[in-house]
Amino acid sequence: MDNGSHPEGCNVIDKQAIETRVIELISEHFNTPKDNIKRSTTFQGGGQAGADDIGADSLDVVEFIMELEDEFDIQIPDTDAEKIRTVGDVIDYIIGKLEERKNQEQ
Amino acid sequence: MATPRRRVVITGLGTVNPLGLSCEEYWRGLVNGQSGIALLTSFDTSQFKVKFGGEVKNFNPEAYFDKVSVRKVDRFTQFALVAAEEAIRDSGIDFGREDPFRCGCILGSGIGGLKEFELGHETLLSKGPTRVNPFVIPKMIVNSAAGNISIRYGLRGPNTTVSTACSSAAHAIADACTAIRCGYADVMITGGSEAAVTPMGLAGFIACRALSERNEDPAGASRPFDKDRDGFVLSEGAGILVLEEYEHAKARNANIYAEICGIGNTADAYHITQPHEEGLGAAEAMRAAIRDAGWNPDEVQYINAHGTSTPLGDVAETKAIKIVFGDHARKLMISSTKSMIGHLLGASGGAEAVACALSIRHGVLHPTINLHRPDIECGCDLDYIPNVAREVRVKKVLSNSFGFGGHNCCLALGAV
Repeated sequence: MDNGSHPEGCNVIDKQAIETRVIELISEHFNTPKDNIKRSTTFQGGGQAGADDIGADSLDVVEFIMELEDEFDIQIPDTDAEKIRTVGDVIDYIIGKLEERKNQEQ
Repeated sequence: MATPRRRVVITGLGTVNPLGLSCEEYWRGLVNGQSGIALLTSFDTSQFKVKFGGEVKNFNPEAYFDKVSVRKVDRFTQFALVAAEEAIRDSGIDFGREDPFRCGCILGSGIGGLKEFELGHETLLSKGPTRVNPFVIPKMIVNSAAGNISIRYGLRGPNTTVSTACSSAAHAIADACTAIRCGYADVMITGGSEAAVTPMGLAGFIACRALSERNEDPAGASRPFDKDRDGFVLSEGAGILVLEEYEHAKARNANIYAEICGIGNTADAYHITQPHEEGLGAAEAMRAAIRDAGWNPDEVQYINAHGTSTPLGDVAETKAIKIVFGDHARKLMISSTKSMIGHLLGASGGAEAVACALSIRHGVLHPTINLHRPDIECGCDLDYIPNVAREVRVKKVLSNSFGFGGHNCCLALGAV
């Protein structure tokens, strides 16, 4: 599983790789073209799916969060998940989680 | 003076079943006496005593709906959505021009999203409760198909689901018909859907000794009324109809297949899986449907039998027919759709009502296949249309459906 981190022994998280992978996952999960997925794109904007919003509902998001947990081998508590609004929020959250784990390992 | 009863007609048909993915393929298979039964391919049956059944073959829901919509519904709902799409297209109805609160959906399913339940349960046991998918419940609930159809087409009228095991779809059609008759709706999507050809579905029906074990000859396993029958064949699919109030259908110049003239609902109040030995409840369901239609018993020309190919069921149904019709029983033509498609459980009454509507339309009665030695010793000595379809115009037909629990439903369908 490619979780976006560098090979063992390197202390830096590859943020670009994580962003690319998250966008891939969103694109697959929500059947949305990658070009439509920006950092500012919201998940449940309430409107029609399009460039600014994925058009998801709350269950879609719960399912996607579980997919992220499996993909990156992390735990995302509900209290954190509730704060995620945009694609950028997801990317930053995962990077934060992976950095936290890296620091603990050292 | 009493107001004349609102009449209910069938204006659209759709199905997916082991014989095909459309009414056209289904009808061709039925009149040619083809079997849709084969060794199962969707899971490993090496541990199972029965290794065959009636799977819907080459089913690709993504050919009809986007992949996210497909992923969010169980296979039984996918079947219902695809068959409903065909039936609605066939009816020519444009829901954009209808009052949404006058259009509804009542479907039958015996089990609902069994595959989804099995996958969810597997996750629960192997990974724990926090890993259970949020769509497990909305996908497995038995009313998921009716709910999803209402969402897709914007149908805001009566919407319920009937679950009476193998008579679910017939009861759903009866309820949808009643909704129109009573003035609660003008257009109803109805019928049934089932996708229980899964490890638990197969294991469960094997355990209650309901299934044929003829592994060496799957196509010959469903043989209603034949001496060598040994149980039913587990199948899956959907049969969906568009029902419409007669004046409403006429006003839009709709293509009318047939009228639902009568309904008979009874219970055996006898045993949870076995039919009443004398066919008591089944007989009264037929009588009630004939009475409701305002027919005389000797006007009935054809019965689409429940005819599951179980040792007890076929005998009890034949006895019931003899009780109701007396001497006329010998003049009746009877056939079992299940001889070709197996038992679609809660969808069977839907697929069989579709077959009845097509029989009335085309003037052809499909045969009971695999019927080489009628079980005369047990009283199965009527005209079951053995093995070869018959060209005959019929105007008054019955469709029987009986379910575990002792539920009986008979629909009386007439030419318009």
